[in-house]
Amino acid sequence: MNPSSLKSRFTTRFLRALTKINAHKPISSSSPGPGEIFQRYRRIKVAADKSMAYSVRSRRTWSRATLWRLRTRSPRSRLATHARRSWVKTRSTRAASHGKEKKEDGGTVEAEELRELVPGGEAMDLCNLLDETAHYIKCLTTQLDILDRQECTSREL
Amino acid sequence: MSSRRSRSRQTGSTSRISDDQITDLVSKLHQLLPEIRNAHSDKVSSAKVLQETCNYIRSLHREVDDLSERLSELLATTDNAQAAIIRTLLMQ
Repeated sequence: MNPSSLKSRFTTRFLRALTKINAHKPISSSSPGPGEIFQRYRRIKVAADKSMAYSVRSRRTWSRATLWRLRTRSPRSRLATHARRSWVKTRSTRAASHGKEKKEDGGTVEAEELRELVPGGEAMDLCNLLDETAHYIKCLTTQLDILDRQECTSREL
Repeated sequence: MSSRRSRSRQTGSTSRISDDQITDLVSKLHQLLPEIRNAHSDKVSSAKVLQETCNYIRSLHREVDDLSERLSELLATTDNAQAAIIRTLLMQ
């Protein structure tokens, strides 16, 4: 496999993160409680998203948005994100009411739905949104491939 | 990105984004979607493609969630979790 490919970069980062998460195991307890497993699940999920965003770096709007979101994960920033989202919603609703601007804004119902699913989607015009979505989907499937592989390997041993 | 901007300025059209560009990108997205139900894949409307894309992304998010949860349980209970991680790395 190409060592500088996205898949390879993601795999290295993600498995390195998994190693760190794995090292958190308390030596004293024989069986982990559900709270511990939940914490581990959160850490793994964040590691998967973080690893992918870092592997893509700032080349994509969605990865920049993910990195920003991961870096500013605090109650205050959650308010800021909420405020930003409602501002964007007001802006796009206003634009949708002007029939002429509808196409330029790319404001169909389905596009708005997509904007909420793709990181950073609220700020993109339709053209960029479609382009970013295609890349985002490719990265998600790569992420899933490695997660799946790790699960299979873990079951075998 | 700057080349895209200058191109639209040269054409002088009122809409910044051309229909062809949108159609192209929508069909590109359509090819990424898992083709389960669509028999006539070339006749799907762009609204349908966007809808299917939203559903697909949601299902991918759910799968990542599920796998992360299963991995958390596996790594917690496997004695040789580190060996499994290294093995995945070597499998590349």
